[in-house]
Amino acid sequence: MNHRPARLVLPLLAVALAGFALSFVDAALLREHHAVRIDTSHALAKRLGLTDIALFTEARYTRHPSQADLHAPFQDHPLALEHFPTGSLIAPPRHEYLDRTTARAD
Amino acid sequence: MNIWIEQQRALIDFTLASLARRKARNLGLLAVYALLVFVLASVALFSHALRHEATRILADAPELILQRMVAGRHDLIPPGYLEKIGRIRGVQKMEGRLWGYYYDPVIKANYTFMVPTAGGVERGTIVIGTALERVRGLALETGISFRAYSGKLYSFVVADILPRDSELVSADLVLMHEDDFRAFFEFPAGHYTDIALSVANPQEVRNIAAKLAAALPDSRPILREEMLRTYASIFAWREGIILAILSGALLAFAILAWDKAAGLSAEEKREIGILKAIGWETGDVIRMKIWEGVLISLSAFLIGYVAAYLHVFRAGGVLFEPVLKGWAVLYPRFQLTPEIDGLAVATLFFFTVVPYTAAVLVPIWRAATTDPDAVMRS
Repeated sequence: MNHRPARLVLPLLAVALAGFALSFVDAALLREHHAVRIDTSHALAKRLGLTDIALFTEARYTRHPSQADLHAPFQDHPLALEHFPTGSLIAPPRHEYLDRTTARAD
Repeated sequence: MNIWIEQQRALIDFTLASLARRKARNLGLLAVYALLVFVLASVALFSHALRHEATRILADAPELILQRMVAGRHDLIPPGYLEKIGRIRGVQKMEGRLWGYYYDPVIKANYTFMVPTAGGVERGTIVIGTALERVRGLALETGISFRAYSGKLYSFVVADILPRDSELVSADLVLMHEDDFRAFFEFPAGHYTDIALSVANPQEVRNIAAKLAAALPDSRPILREEMLRTYASIFAWREGIILAILSGALLAFAILAWDKAAGLSAEEKREIGILKAIGWETGDVIRMKIWEGVLISLSAFLIGYVAAYLHVFRAGGVLFEPVLKGWAVLYPRFQLTPEIDGLAVATLFFFTVVPYTAAVLVPIWRAATTDPDAVMRS
């Protein structure tokens, strides 16, 4: 065993600290590099009027969670259980509750 | 100052030598600790970057989408709705949108068929997303046939492929001409899937939505802010699977760390007793243990965080892919833009380094302040 283990460990810790600092520099460089990609996606979403990202294509309410019915997993029939894995990753959409007036009492 | 630094170096040397005596145990702890930080940091970095990316990409999504509901389910917009909406003051522009889903039994995948409102796709041709191009092995000018829900077979020629850079929004898209879309789905003339609206005064969107809901009681307006909010809550900490996995892992680690840090082994107690007997002060023993806590927790934090950064932003979050993919066949290939939430990193740092270091101190304080003879005999 080295008599001064700090000579070995402290430089290693310094390398890890440098890696931590470098991650922020790398992030800044990648942001610049990715700007074109985001602009392309943004332009396409604007041109086509897209409302959702295509991350979960397995079911219709996971492909367009923002457009899904209020109780999306249960839309197939009243007792249907959510059977798509994505259902455990995303919460049901938080919709606005707009005041609606009705002609007669509900 | 130099003396102080030398003193700390000597303490670190002694701490490291002491840790090396229980090498397997401490390296195991460091590995588990770093792994936990890696998982937590990966989830935090990935979800924050994805939320940020979705918000930026969808910043100009339609201001308001109007759906029609029948028996609680999304139904087609019948003719006449556009005229009724046109009479509502404040509505600047409205467009009937045509889109729907198609299940392709060949590769068992769902596609999103869509008609661009601005046109641009010739009859008999389609424009496809890159994931679809990859999975079905398509190329420009190649033909593809889809069997419609009516049973008829329709053939299309791939006229263009959407930019690879836009895969996160266009992976499964199939753009086609309105006539093709209506014929393929036997969509009744004058009907639309939903209506996209833009409002003259953005401050008035909620009022317009309320007016629409009143004028068309069977409709459901969806505001852009709702769409963005859907993605703001994606992979939030409380979400099922993440919470289930992480709470178990966190609890297990908390027990492990507490056991390691708070309970002193007989060997450690004897070590403290000997140190005090040979003249170490209580302060020195505590400083040595602070170094032990800091060295382990700081190393675990740095290793875990840097590995998480590389995993999410340089390796495309490969470990998350099977989870995110679920049962989907089409999955977009994308590189997230690193948007790091400084507060989340600081919180992670605080909760990984401080509690462990503090937990190390409590039993040491008790052992270091008692008589060396009693400590060695206990």
